[in-house]
Amino acid sequence: MERPAWAPQGIDLTVPSVSRMYDYYLGGSHNFEVDRETARQAIKAWPGLPKIMQANRAFMRRAIRFAVQEGITQFLDIGSGIPTFGNVHEVAHALDRGARTVYVDNDPVAVAHSRAVLGDDRRAGVVSADFRSPQDIVESPEVEELLELDKPVVVMLVALLHFVEDRDEPRKCVAELARRLAPGSLLVISHGSCEGGPVRDGGAALREVYSTASAPLVTRSKDEIAQFFEEFELVEPGLVALPHWRPDSPLELEDPVVLGGLAGVGRKVGLAE
Amino acid sequence: MTSQDGPEKHQGRTRPAAGPAEDGTGPGGEDGLRRFARIWSRTVYPATQTSLTRAELEDFLHPLAVRMGEALHAYPFSPAPGREVGEVLVNQAHCTSPDALPHVLGVIESYLVLYAGTPRGLGVDEARSRCARLQHALAAGFTLAVRERTLAEQEALSRAALAAQTAVEEALHASETRFRAVFKDATLGIGIADMNGRLRDANGALARMFGHSEEEMRRRNINDWVHPDDAPDVWRLHRELAAGRRDHFRVEKPYQRPDGTVLWTNLTVSLLRDADGEPRYQLALMEDITERRLLHLRLRYEATHDELTGLPNRTLFAERLDRILAPGNGVARFGLCYLDIDGFKTVNDSLGHAVGDQLLVAVGERLQSCTTAPAHLVARIGGDEFAVLMSDPQGAEEITGMARALLAALATPVSLDGRELSVRASIGIVEGAAGQLEPAEVLRSADITMYRAKDAGGSRYELADPDSEARAIDRHSLTNRLPAALERDEFFLEYQPLIRMSDGRVDGAEALVRWKHPVHGRLGPDRFIPLAEHTGLIVPLGRWVLEQAVAQSCAWAGGQPLRVNVNLSPRQLHHPDLVPDTVAVLESAGVAPSSLCLEVTESALISADEDELKPLWQLAELGVDIALDDFGTGYSNLANLRRLPATTLKLDRSFTQGLQRHPADPVDLTFVEGIVSLAHALGLAVTVEGVETESQADQLRDLGCDTAQGWYYARPSSPGEFAKDWVPAG
Repeated sequence: MERPAWAPQGIDLTVPSVSRMYDYYLGGSHNFEVDRETARQAIKAWPGLPKIMQANRAFMRRAIRFAVQEGITQFLDIGSGIPTFGNVHEVAHALDRGARTVYVDNDPVAVAHSRAVLGDDRRAGVVSADFRSPQDIVESPEVEELLELDKPVVVMLVALLHFVEDRDEPRKCVAELARRLAPGSLLVISHGSCEGGPVRDGGAALREVYSTASAPLVTRSKDEIAQFFEEFELVEPGLVALPHWRPDSPLELEDPVVLGGLAGVGRKVGLAE
Repeated sequence: MTSQDGPEKHQGRTRPAAGPAEDGTGPGGEDGLRRFARIWSRTVYPATQTSLTRAELEDFLHPLAVRMGEALHAYPFSPAPGREVGEVLVNQAHCTSPDALPHVLGVIESYLVLYAGTPRGLGVDEARSRCARLQHALAAGFTLAVRERTLAEQEALSRAALAAQTAVEEALHASETRFRAVFKDATLGIGIADMNGRLRDANGALARMFGHSEEEMRRRNINDWVHPDDAPDVWRLHRELAAGRRDHFRVEKPYQRPDGTVLWTNLTVSLLRDADGEPRYQLALMEDITERRLLHLRLRYEATHDELTGLPNRTLFAERLDRILAPGNGVARFGLCYLDIDGFKTVNDSLGHAVGDQLLVAVGERLQSCTTAPAHLVARIGGDEFAVLMSDPQGAEEITGMARALLAALATPVSLDGRELSVRASIGIVEGAAGQLEPAEVLRSADITMYRAKDAGGSRYELADPDSEARAIDRHSLTNRLPAALERDEFFLEYQPLIRMSDGRVDGAEALVRWKHPVHGRLGPDRFIPLAEHTGLIVPLGRWVLEQAVAQSCAWAGGQPLRVNVNLSPRQLHHPDLVPDTVAVLESAGVAPSSLCLEVTESALISADEDELKPLWQLAELGVDIALDDFGTGYSNLANLRRLPATTLKLDRSFTQGLQRHPADPVDLTFVEGIVSLAHALGLAVTVEGVETESQADQLRDLGCDTAQGWYYARPSSPGEFAKDWVPAG
């Protein structure tokens, strides 16, 4: 018999969690030994991996700033995880006190932690949902309460899509989300890729490490990543390596490993209704 | 997400001007410390996880550098600021990696004194000593902050994990409660057995269905619940499930209740596996369908049996026939006796439906008494039609034997209300190999054959025969097609000239109807006129022919309309509208009645009384010629000719065939001569048909025939060709 949809998911703390591994890369201690052990193996398979995560956070910060400059102050951060610092609502509030943020994650521990951190901040909320069920996200009470979907929203899929396999139809999920968004909304994506950075073994060893984690790693080509923006118009400079997306200052010598991640921001086309 | 304030929120950063000159000796001041901050930032940056850019990190470190410079120069000296800087580095710049510490300390060791300047009044050694103590304090502050932060985060994570787990447990509990409620209160019987078949849990509904307590149910083993009426594959399916090769199955299954009654269920069994995929439990869901099944059986019986006779009805017969004829069903041959009572309608009409019904019941009983074999099905198909369907008969003999038995069973009169009724019936027999004919074909064949038996006088059986069926089917399909053919203009006329024998000139034309059938092509009147006569379509068809022929006669007319001969069938002859219709056609075409000759067969007139002849007399009085067609074939009383309105005799071709030979058959010669003189004596003209040779034509002319028709002169042809050959131009 299939388990009914309303029966709860169990928690297995012995499975390495990709969100806690991410926290470890960023120097946090919101992780268990099993997470750290797997993260150490990942770093061994792909030296410099933490630098990519760092570049991701930096890109996210710049993307938020771009959005606020464009006058958009509603954020839907899907796959928010357990990051230690520099979170969307913090960055956004520093720019606009009225900014609203909804975090979404499918990891119950990440969701519980986020709840604790947000406390009674009325401008931010957490949804326990999965990117692969866009309807659950868009129709959640938090989204209905905090975000006005008839106005532009920033949907952030930062370092998320490379954890979604093709059989789960991520393009369809993005399209379903996009369908619910007002024209002018922004789609922020960063994605692991074997194009651009050092080739090494094409990421095979890293994928092997992640195969034991809570989500497998799926690297995609630039063309494949660009397809996620089907209903969007990429803003300048398009889909580029993480540090090359609207850098704050002239580019300095970076560890070339960070060129292995691609980032882009798209604007939903169509006339405002 | 932390609530710590960090440099990540730094905004409005302003880049300072370029650093000071590196004299390396003087007091550092602002510019020196800016340069120090830059070196510090560059060295530390690779070891941090900050998302600041290098420039931002440098801006962030600058105030720390200033504090370190001030501490170096402070009087009295305190290393405490070093400790604070260490904490700030961890908590705000996110330098949490132990690798960062040597970089931080190394830069201070090498450059702080250089860029902050040697404090006034202190020697280089003292400055170095202060710098070292500041580093010690920074290391202590850094370590403390990392430890505090690690502990705090670990605690936060543990709390989060606990909270998440509690939430899951609560949800599980709620889910368990819901499941319990579903299990307990469901009207569906639910049982869970282990892989040995022992029932571990059964809900109230299941216990009630079986008439046990829940406690008793738990002592049962489902493997014991075998019932004689189990479907053949139930236990095979169950074995597959128990072996883990099947995840579920659904069957209708009976169970014996303790009180001896039978419980019928809709049973669904599902395999429950553990996390490793090993079979653990079998879950049975049972719906009590005992009542529904009884109702269904009753409805099914009613739906498949004839209410009057209690025999299987057409539905059941059709199902059985389908099954028997389906290929690969184990039946090799079949036999069918299709029986219809002769003259049943008369019984119904004269004695009433109640008697008719009683008769049908009696017939049903007698037919039923002819067989007890389960392989034979006696059914009432409807009305007074019955059938006996036999699977795998012992040769054709058994089937004809059955037909004889059926007729014999009906031979003794049926006693109803003190009245003795004789029952006769006709039987059509079809027999053959299963898997070759469709049920509809078998039924049609049986029906046609049964009618053949009826046509042959009834009270007999006939065997299906492909040739007679083909004819019947042909007649059948042509008959069906006739009305549409008239609507779609599929009929057309051809004309054959009538030649005046005295001068060999054309005297008129006989209109002959043909059918351009979309499938069979051109059909002669012998193929369809009898059918049209039978169905009554001859009346509209005849009118159409009349209209066409009269209009054609005008079209050809070069001043004088050519006379046309049109055939009139018996049915048309008796149609009340014959006279007005004919008059209307003539009038609307503007043709004189004398331009029309109606041909009527001798046989149609032979038995006609005065009343029936009246319309013809009327037409004749109007001036329409009447020809007596096929004369000589109807054994007519020659004296009768006087009371007929005929003006012409058309001598049948059978009399003229003997004249084709040379010398001509003397008997035929004498015969024709006699008829001609008789006709002339009565004032009738004589037309001969079927003239095919010149000598024939010569003979007939010599015998005094007035007009002739036949292939010798011309075959029937289209109006256009006829005009070309026979109508004088202009």
